[in-house]
Amino acid sequence: MSRRRHSDENDGGQPHKRRRTSEPIEIEDRLESLICRVGEKSTSSLESNLEGLAGVLEADLPNYKNKILRILCTVARLLPEKLTVYSTLVGLLNARNYNFGGEFVESMIRQLKETLKLNLYNEALYLVRFLSDLVNCHVIAAPSMVAMFENFVSVVQEEDGPQVRCDWYVYAVLSSLPWVGKELYEKKDVEMERILNQIESYLKRRQKIHVPMLQVWTAEKPHPQEEYLDCLFAQVQKMKKDRWQERHILRPYIAFDSVLCEALQHNLPPFTPPPHSEDAVYPMPKVVFRMFDYTDAPEGPVMPGSHSVERFVIEENLHYIIKSHWRERKTCAAQLLSYPGKNKIPLNYHIVEVIFGELFQLPQPPHIDVMYTTLLIELCKLQPGSLPQVLAQATEMMYTRLDTMNTTCIDRFLNWFSHHLSNFQFRWSWDDWSDCLTQDLDKPKPKFVREVLEKSMRLSYHQRIVDIVPANFSALIPTNPIFIYKYMDESSSSLPGYAVTIAISNAIINRSSNDEILTILKDVPNPNQEDDDDEGDSFNPLKIDVFLQTLLHMAAKSFSHSFSALAKFHEVLKILTDSDEGKLHILRVVYEAWRNHPQMISVLIDKMIRTQIVDCAAVANWIFSPDMAHDFTRFYVWEILHSTVRKMNKHVQKIQKELETAKEKLEKQHSRRKDSGDEEEDKNSDEEDGPLEEQIERLQEKVESAQSEQKNLFLVIFQRFIMMLTEHLVRCETGGVDFNTPWYKNCIERLQQIFLMHHQTIQQYMVTLENLLFTAELDHHILTVYRQFCALQM
Amino acid sequence: MSILNALRSDSYVDISQYRDQHFKGNRYEQEKLLKMSCTLYVGNLSFYTTEEQVYELFSKSGDVKRIVMGLDKVKKTAYYTRADSEHAMRFINGTRLDDRIIRTDWDAGFKEGRQYGRGKSGGQVRDEYRQDYDPARGGYGKIIKK
Repeated sequence: MSRRRHSDENDGGQPHKRRRTSEPIEIEDRLESLICRVGEKSTSSLESNLEGLAGVLEADLPNYKNKILRILCTVARLLPEKLTVYSTLVGLLNARNYNFGGEFVESMIRQLKETLKLNLYNEALYLVRFLSDLVNCHVIAAPSMVAMFENFVSVVQEEDGPQVRCDWYVYAVLSSLPWVGKELYEKKDVEMERILNQIESYLKRRQKIHVPMLQVWTAEKPHPQEEYLDCLFAQVQKMKKDRWQERHILRPYIAFDSVLCEALQHNLPPFTPPPHSEDAVYPMPKVVFRMFDYTDAPEGPVMPGSHSVERFVIEENLHYIIKSHWRERKTCAAQLLSYPGKNKIPLNYHIVEVIFGELFQLPQPPHIDVMYTTLLIELCKLQPGSLPQVLAQATEMMYTRLDTMNTTCIDRFLNWFSHHLSNFQFRWSWDDWSDCLTQDLDKPKPKFVREVLEKSMRLSYHQRIVDIVPANFSALIPTNPIFIYKYMDESSSSLPGYAVTIAISNAIINRSSNDEILTILKDVPNPNQEDDDDEGDSFNPLKIDVFLQTLLHMAAKSFSHSFSALAKFHEVLKILTDSDEGKLHILRVVYEAWRNHPQMISVLIDKMIRTQIVDCAAVANWIFSPDMAHDFTRFYVWEILHSTVRKMNKHVQKIQKELETAKEKLEKQHSRRKDSGDEEEDKNSDEEDGPLEEQIERLQEKVESAQSEQKNLFLVIFQRFIMMLTEHLVRCETGGVDFNTPWYKNCIERLQQIFLMHHQTIQQYMVTLENLLFTAELDHHILTVYRQFCALQM
Repeated sequence: MSILNALRSDSYVDISQYRDQHFKGNRYEQEKLLKMSCTLYVGNLSFYTTEEQVYELFSKSGDVKRIVMGLDKVKKTAYYTRADSEHAMRFINGTRLDDRIIRTDWDAGFKEGRQYGRGKSGGQVRDEYRQDYDPARGGYGKIIKK
């Protein structure tokens, strides 16, 4: 068996023999493995591995050229962190086989066109960068690369097309320069100078309305949060001043210079950027996240400055490693920690900065939040003597700067921190944060600590939280999550409806039917009515109160008990909440009973939406109602609102998918009939298509109705925000008071958050929003948020 | 666009070696269900861990559809989508809840007759063979108790 096992990638000679007896599929998999894993886990140097692999591939070209081409193009597109490894490999192959080099370049161009057509802009970026590095490997002639860059930059002169389109082409040029700037300037300095000047003037005139919406911190100190293109341009300028010296990128091709400079180069075919189309979705602008500088890592290697090109390259590579390995946290952590060149940089600081940069990225992190928590834990395991300290330093830093941190980012920070602590027995130097105890509870620091403790309690239990914080933190400890039963005992016997609660609990214990229960409830007086309502069907808040308080009290033991109760009495609840007021009131009752236990409120509302006892709009209205004003800035309220919007969105998507599936089925049916050449086609088609067509019609209606509900939900939310914010602004203006209170900051950033978290869905309703709500008459503070949002895809 | 097989390793999501003895159906059918499942078996929880804690933790990978808890019975978490449950396998499996490292594994789903843990006494497999005294796990292991 062992003789048939494939040898390691650094063994160049052996495969010939085996190939004659192996299956082609096996060979192709082996080629893939050889190429993907070149240099990994090898005792020989990378250069010798590359040399060996080039030899193997050259020999395989006659039989497997297309497969090799495809694999190499794919790694160029998907493995940007190994860019220079593969560009060197292509360089070596080109030196040995000029035609292959030409075919590779052609394939790359074809792939570039395809990625641009498919809106795969990140992959297109890696392809452009790969092409530019091929100049360093003597595969592509420098002048033709410069010509491509000239074409890219000319996009900024276009009349139509959004700014984000020009942004991408400029970014593609700038972000390739760390790799190839030196070579291109040496060969074509006049043209490159012109390109950089064009870019500079574009950057000066381009609008940056979107920037405040994407910044994690609004403060300029200690580290400005720069717009990504501005930052990169500054880095390129600095590199140019340094005569294009770049010391960080690993360049294996340097070792092969004598071989490579003998190779003949190819010219890139003229490349015209595809025109703008309505389907194009360009990448959103970004703000560069910075939290560390060289003063933060006092010992060891110095951290490259914020405008150094090294910083750019390191950050890019760390992002790519996460992008490749996020699914496997152990591998991801190991790959991050074995970053080539790690001895020259304070790697732990870079890693922590990049990870938080992703976690806090606006509008959304590239990957699910919990991944970052788990990745950081893995990193702590692998570097127990150093990484936890950096993490603690980062946490401390972020705590001190809560005042200017975007609310959405604070949410993610506290979620991360509480989950992280729960993996480390909640050990933390809380005393270091006792400065927050002297501040008002609505200020960011005490608020943050309160929310962290509340979230921590959800992962443990109340007494645990009491035990882990110092005694003087007691004001920040969450309430004990117990049920508040209004009709508890005889002391509440004077409450209207008290007697009925006794009857109801007996009825429930005795398993009375729903009808019996409704009959009992008829005895509940209606505080809203003065005349006698014989029907007793109109909205009666007391009925809801009496029934639900009793029911929830009996089911208070656990989530499961409460869910069971809701399910069992679903019919009754639906009848009681048949109106909008009814739905609003049931939410009020749930809140009153469980206000010590926000998590319970959250899961109950989730169940009630899913079982259609309440609808999404009712939840939105409830959150913005005066009843909830005092909890309006609490984290759990926004968890509920965002969860509600997500449910609505998923519901619409689900029905849309059902519609699509049905339509596809119908099409398949049609084409099957056509193919079979059925002569009785016309007769059968009605019979066959009938039920499916009916289903499609029904689904179509369902989709429209769901979309209408969705649009209405956003309208309700935005309307309420506008009302609240306008009221506050007017009140402050007339009172001569500063409007920028903690409440205001929270509220306006929550409005931003709605836009950011659901931007794709909201895009569909822009016209309505602009015509109905975000009109020019609006206070400019509110309108600015809307304009910033629009600027994200402009 | 081709994707390289070598790059799509997702080992935390792969099905384990464990197969349910009580499963009604052949091995192939069981594997098929496991590969589509949105339900996870959760092991090594303390007896004191509450449903609320499990909800909070598992909600971090997606909306939880249902949780089944029970003393000596099987503990399960079900999601609405496969994607959410895969995230749980990647990021919640092997992390701590209530100070214990919990394990998750694919489950074929909720059916009658599957209320028991994978240990022979209906509890956890580890508890069969545990020799130490762990108050949070019911004292001594079952094998010692015999």
